[in-house]
Amino acid sequence: MKKAVEIKKLSFSYSENEVLKNIAFSISEGEFFIIIGPNGSGKTTLMKIIAGLLKPKQGKLKIFDRPLKDYTRKDLAKTIALVPQMTLVDFPFTVTELVLMGRSPHLSTLGFEQEKDLEIAKNAMALTDIEHLAHRPLDRLSGGERQRVFIARAICQEPKIILLDEPTASLDLAHQVKVMDLMEKLKKEIGFTVIMVSHDVNLAAMYGDCLLLLKEGQIVSMGKPGAVLTYKTLEKAYDCMLLVDESPLGKFPQVTLVPQKLKTPRK
Amino acid sequence: MNIKTPFVLKRIAWVSSLFLLLLLMTIFIGISIGSTGNGVKAVLQSLFGEGGADSMLDTIIWQIRFPRVLLAALVGATLSLGGLVFQALLRNPLAEPYILGISGGSAIGAIIGILAGLSRFPGVSFTAFLGSIATLLLLLIMSSGQSILKKNTLLLSGVMVNAFCGAIIMFLVSMTQDSRLHNIIFWLMGDLSMSDIGQVGILAATLLPCFIILFRYSHSMNLLLMGNEMAQTMGVNIKRVTTILLVTTSFMVSSTVCHCGLIGFVGLVMPHLLRLILGPDHRVLVPACILGGGAYMVICDLLARTLPQQGEMPAGVITAMIGAPLFIYLLKRSKR
Repeated sequence: MKKAVEIKKLSFSYSENEVLKNIAFSISEGEFFIIIGPNGSGKTTLMKIIAGLLKPKQGKLKIFDRPLKDYTRKDLAKTIALVPQMTLVDFPFTVTELVLMGRSPHLSTLGFEQEKDLEIAKNAMALTDIEHLAHRPLDRLSGGERQRVFIARAICQEPKIILLDEPTASLDLAHQVKVMDLMEKLKKEIGFTVIMVSHDVNLAAMYGDCLLLLKEGQIVSMGKPGAVLTYKTLEKAYDCMLLVDESPLGKFPQVTLVPQKLKTPRK
Repeated sequence: MNIKTPFVLKRIAWVSSLFLLLLLMTIFIGISIGSTGNGVKAVLQSLFGEGGADSMLDTIIWQIRFPRVLLAALVGATLSLGGLVFQALLRNPLAEPYILGISGGSAIGAIIGILAGLSRFPGVSFTAFLGSIATLLLLLIMSSGQSILKKNTLLLSGVMVNAFCGAIIMFLVSMTQDSRLHNIIFWLMGDLSMSDIGQVGILAATLLPCFIILFRYSHSMNLLLMGNEMAQTMGVNIKRVTTILLVTTSFMVSSTVCHCGLIGFVGLVMPHLLRLILGPDHRVLVPACILGGGAYMVICDLLARTLPQQGEMPAGVITAMIGAPLFIYLLKRSKR
């Protein structure tokens, strides 16, 4: 299978603080790849490096067998789209206007969209189930709707890879499932490679084809959810007591937090 | 081959023609009305080449009122557009060259230029440009280290930069006995009375390329509103675009300031009003701000010329009386 992302000996530091230490892994095309790990483990930094927003100090990074530094901004934008964490936009763009912005890497500087681009935007809105919001201004959407609008914008960009930074973080349960289901559908139907940073290990267990567990800028474990989400690796990464068993829904692990009052000394 | 005109282009054409019509109408009204009597008939007569019009009124209309109205239109266009660009760059709908202190900075530059005995163009324009760039850098340094220039920090920095600039200007004025500064106070409140057609022509020739450059980057401004990172992932070269926008706008604003003095809040009123009517797409807003801002300033100047029983008031008085309450209203609304 083709490699969408290939990283070798990658290190990154903000001034003196080393955030990523000698990381190496690759992501296959068409994979649902989820990066997990405690706060400050370097997840978001790693994602920004893949998106070309931060330049690594050391190491090699290839996107579809081509070094990242050989891409122009526009080329990269045609390959990778980013769905950021909740963005507040103070300017009252409508949903259609925002989704259409995704076309910009395919257009001239002035970005005059043709009917064809409008067609692509409409398809993206249909896929994400936001057609009914087409003329609504952005500031009058709920969190879940807004997240789907930004995903539609990413689809409209027609990339090969979609990066998402904690897309479920501030959503209620129904919207969490809706966003994750949507990403799985996009992966299957369009063949996107989905790379997601997440805090939710249980969602990661249910949707991820491959998980990467980071701690203090290093890889603790990588592989299928069943292999990564074990009691041993999780405790090592998160420094807290957890209960890991099999989910009643199928053959993937389920992680439960253990509160202080229920902790019993281990024999 | 069948190429359809892009729908945005159609919209730009519609909006621009409409606002052009509005601007022409206000210019017509502007040159028709004045203290020496209404000249609607005279304007029409000299426009359509029918001789026999009062030659005295004719001179007043074309030598005095016309350059002044044109200057007002250029000033309004520049300041509105300047506000629009700063609002996009700083992702803050309350940003404006005057509020941020950029106009104040170029005023210091201009006064130093005048004191040094430089000619208005290009000498004073250049020192004014340096002044605006210096305040801009000061502003960016003061509010850096904050995540994407936090709103209130930026505004507060702007207010302080403005106060500082005001103090320096007053210091310079107080320290000189120079007759060149005799009407500086008037100039500080915005003055359009010192206009002759040659200077207006030079100013127009300076501003036109700036308008074109800013229009070229109007879609990038749309993308910038999504945040630097998002804009980059959509193919925008942030460093290049930001630098071009900042330098062009500062140059444009400072060239205007050294002609007309400090006129505030135009860059706040017009972009807000137009955004309300036309939506936030900068490809439509840039031409609308140029034409609509021009029309707005022509009207404000007309009021400044005709409201007082004797003489006139600085145009900046009118724009501030409209703009400052709007600013407070917008600030209150954005807090919610």
